[in-house]
Amino acid sequence: MPIVITRRISQIFFFALFVWFCVVATVGERFSQLRGWPINWFLQLDPLSGLGLLLATHTIYAGLLWGVVTLGLTLFLGRWFCGWLCPFGAWQQFMGYLGKRGLPASDKIARNRPHPAQRVKYWLLAALLAAAAGDLIQWILSGVPGPSDAPPSGWLAAALQTGLLDPIALMHRTFNLFVIPLAEGRIYPGAMSIGAIFLIFTLLCLWVPRFYCRFVCPLGALLGLLGRWSIWRIGKKENRCADCRLCERDCEGACAPAGTIRVSECVLCMNCLDPCRHDLIGYRTQPSAAGQHASPDWTRRQVMACLATGVVAAPLLRLDGAAAAGWNPEVVRPPGALAEADFLARCLKCGQCMRVCPTQVIRPAGLQSGFEGLWTPMLDFRVGSSGCQHNCVACSHVCPTAALRPLSVDERLGRGAFAQTGPLRLGMAFVDRGRCLPWAMDTPCIVCQENCPVSPKAIFTREVWQPVRDGRHTVRAVAASRVVVAATLIPGRYGTGDYFCRGEDGDPMAIAANDADALIIASGAAEKMPAVGGTLEILIRLQQPYVDPARCIGCGVCEHECPVQGRRAIRVTAENESRQRNHKLILF
Amino acid sequence: MKAISPPPPADRRWFLNRLLRAGLGTLGIGALGWAFWDRRGPRPEEEIAAGDPLPDYSIPDQAKRLAVVHGAERGANVTAALAALGGMQRFIRAGDRVLLKVNAAFAAPPMLGATTHPDIVSHVARLCFQAGARQVLVTDNPINDPASCFALSGIAAAAQSAGAQVILPEARRFENYSLPHGRLIRHWPLLREPLRRVDKVIGLSPVKDHHRSGASMALKNWYGLLGGRRNIFHQEIHTIIAELALLIRPTLVILDGTQSMIRNGPTGGSLDDLKPTQTLIAGTDPVAVDAAGAALLDKTVDDLPHLRMAERLGAGTVDYRSLLVK
Repeated sequence: MPIVITRRISQIFFFALFVWFCVVATVGERFSQLRGWPINWFLQLDPLSGLGLLLATHTIYAGLLWGVVTLGLTLFLGRWFCGWLCPFGAWQQFMGYLGKRGLPASDKIARNRPHPAQRVKYWLLAALLAAAAGDLIQWILSGVPGPSDAPPSGWLAAALQTGLLDPIALMHRTFNLFVIPLAEGRIYPGAMSIGAIFLIFTLLCLWVPRFYCRFVCPLGALLGLLGRWSIWRIGKKENRCADCRLCERDCEGACAPAGTIRVSECVLCMNCLDPCRHDLIGYRTQPSAAGQHASPDWTRRQVMACLATGVVAAPLLRLDGAAAAGWNPEVVRPPGALAEADFLARCLKCGQCMRVCPTQVIRPAGLQSGFEGLWTPMLDFRVGSSGCQHNCVACSHVCPTAALRPLSVDERLGRGAFAQTGPLRLGMAFVDRGRCLPWAMDTPCIVCQENCPVSPKAIFTREVWQPVRDGRHTVRAVAASRVVVAATLIPGRYGTGDYFCRGEDGDPMAIAANDADALIIASGAAEKMPAVGGTLEILIRLQQPYVDPARCIGCGVCEHECPVQGRRAIRVTAENESRQRNHKLILF
Repeated sequence: MKAISPPPPADRRWFLNRLLRAGLGTLGIGALGWAFWDRRGPRPEEEIAAGDPLPDYSIPDQAKRLAVVHGAERGANVTAALAALGGMQRFIRAGDRVLLKVNAAFAAPPMLGATTHPDIVSHVARLCFQAGARQVLVTDNPINDPASCFALSGIAAAAQSAGAQVILPEARRFENYSLPHGRLIRHWPLLREPLRRVDKVIGLSPVKDHHRSGASMALKNWYGLLGGRRNIFHQEIHTIIAELALLIRPTLVILDGTQSMIRNGPTGGSLDDLKPTQTLIAGTDPVAVDAAGAALLDKTVDDLPHLRMAERLGAGTVDYRSLLVK
């Protein structure tokens, strides 16, 4: 079997596996649900996630150790990950194939010439890693013996932004928040930019094969840098050649195998091996007989500029203040989220938590938490099928980087060993008395109270009897339970079970029904009928909702169910959230 | 560029040919336009018919009856109550297709009593099959995520064990419906598709405290057949429950007060919210069943205005004692 066929089978297999992992990432025990599928395996194999996290947190969390396998194999084989496994690479290769199908060989060769812009991906890699390394630099500096009046920690921040451009995170984001939701007929607010980026790079491949891999991909850049040491590599066996360039007709990496090969650009597509009529090209342990560029086409000056940009960018991004005093209370993070600065040092923006959420209440943030927080998870109680289910910890367990720390149900509910710490709070609900029906419009409702899942309920009500507008009438006659008043009433209006009436000085009596000029007093309340000639006031019984701050966990079920649809009359903000001690609001 | 071919000779045949094509094209366009012509434009919603009326699922020519049984075991309670009413075969005939409308509102485990207990579902489904039912469907449009609700409440497993089929409230199963003479249920999404597939409807509901309406029992259970933004009906909760009593004329309702949620309802969330009232009420008049059930929550008919409102609408009687089987 030709090596190219093997490579295609590998790409199709891993692409299908990737899609399968995205599909099954839903809570459940069926074969097609989460069960034990290693849905984070691609993210864990991706050494850029692991390296970014290592720089930002000085640790390699759990399964991210898989990245070592990728790096090790790359040191032996070269960029096998790009050419044989990466689902975004496979997708782009397929689009590139469609784009150049039917073109003459000379046009195909022209599309695969090396381009100076291929160095951009190394610049991006340097800047992204430098941005993540701020804290590490600080950490090292703090260990260096020197003047004890070193600046307090914090002026060098760590911002993990590799997930913006990491191809695996990009693919997960695209499938979790764009492709699968569209197929299911759902929409995540903010998913437009995610889908647009995927589609733009897909279309660009029709013009230049593997556009993203060649010019943008920081993971490819990282593996390319290692590729210079790889044991096996593509190269010419002899430095004599008819210069037909047929080997470059389908060269995916644009690495110029016909001339001086750019080893760091080669993605091991193996498309150069068979077209050579003289069998001059091989995948061997020897460097190319025609010479090779082992390192990327970049200068020390450029690297330094990019590193400096990254180091400076992280604290600069923090200057928007979203992770400090200017924090946005609208950003309610999923359960298990670390404090904002630690959270941002880990989140890959992969969307796994949003995909697994059984109520789909987690959405990708726009710029609500600053540019650093783009596409990070936040709860939006207007989307999804309910609020955050208070006995669910699914998102915290799928997070590949522990930006959402794995929680037990006991910890979330504050029971068992966690009885002392109390329940985990995502935020707190506030009643908007200017929009709430019983508060602002004398209309019964309390859907929020009904749906509050906490026991005892965090939403309670106080009963009030409000006089209805134009509801004072003179009593004309009283007969049994029937009170005739000097007014024209809308028949049935007061028969909803919520209306009461009161004489000059009596308790409210329930109204059972009314016709055009009389009220029917409900039985059981008819013992103190008003006097003829006296005044009767019609009241509506309202239950006005209050939030008990000691009970509210910020799950947002109330906000989700609130019938005031546009801007809800009860809203959860991140006030009192457990993850951020300095957001504590209530002492008990 | 392709060469432009010289024009063909301009003879009569050529001209007639062109004339014919132009004429046929005009006729075709005209026919298409005529076929799609809308003379009036969109009509107001009120003029659009919303659903054929729902059938009455109760057994005709059968006096309304009600049985109250006591006991701590749900299965035995169901069996005893149905025996008192004359057996399931009085309600279910061979070949019937039956819908069990459960209360699966919340994604909570059965022991918290926020949903219809799975033992009730499996027992009633088995009794239906024993009476000759061809198919038993179980449905509800819960408040929390539907699949989670049916799974966590144990109803899905119970239905499966008895051979009944759970119908999830997918969007395609709803139809706009207007209750004849109704004021609130007008052009409102109703979980109609499972109702179309059955001959009999049995309501299975727990007994729960409800801060707004006073109680959530057999009548409030029909709320789960409504779709859309049904929360706005809380503004007139008693009116909507009374209309629901008119909407669904069930074959039978079973109100399970083996454990009653006496506070913190209708969600509950703690075993402390439950009280072992050890009572199960079954009957063919849901208004009477709820009137009988009020006492389980230490309430009277006066505390639940929707019961008398439903009675005035002709949906049943609050005088449940008159229906008690001896």
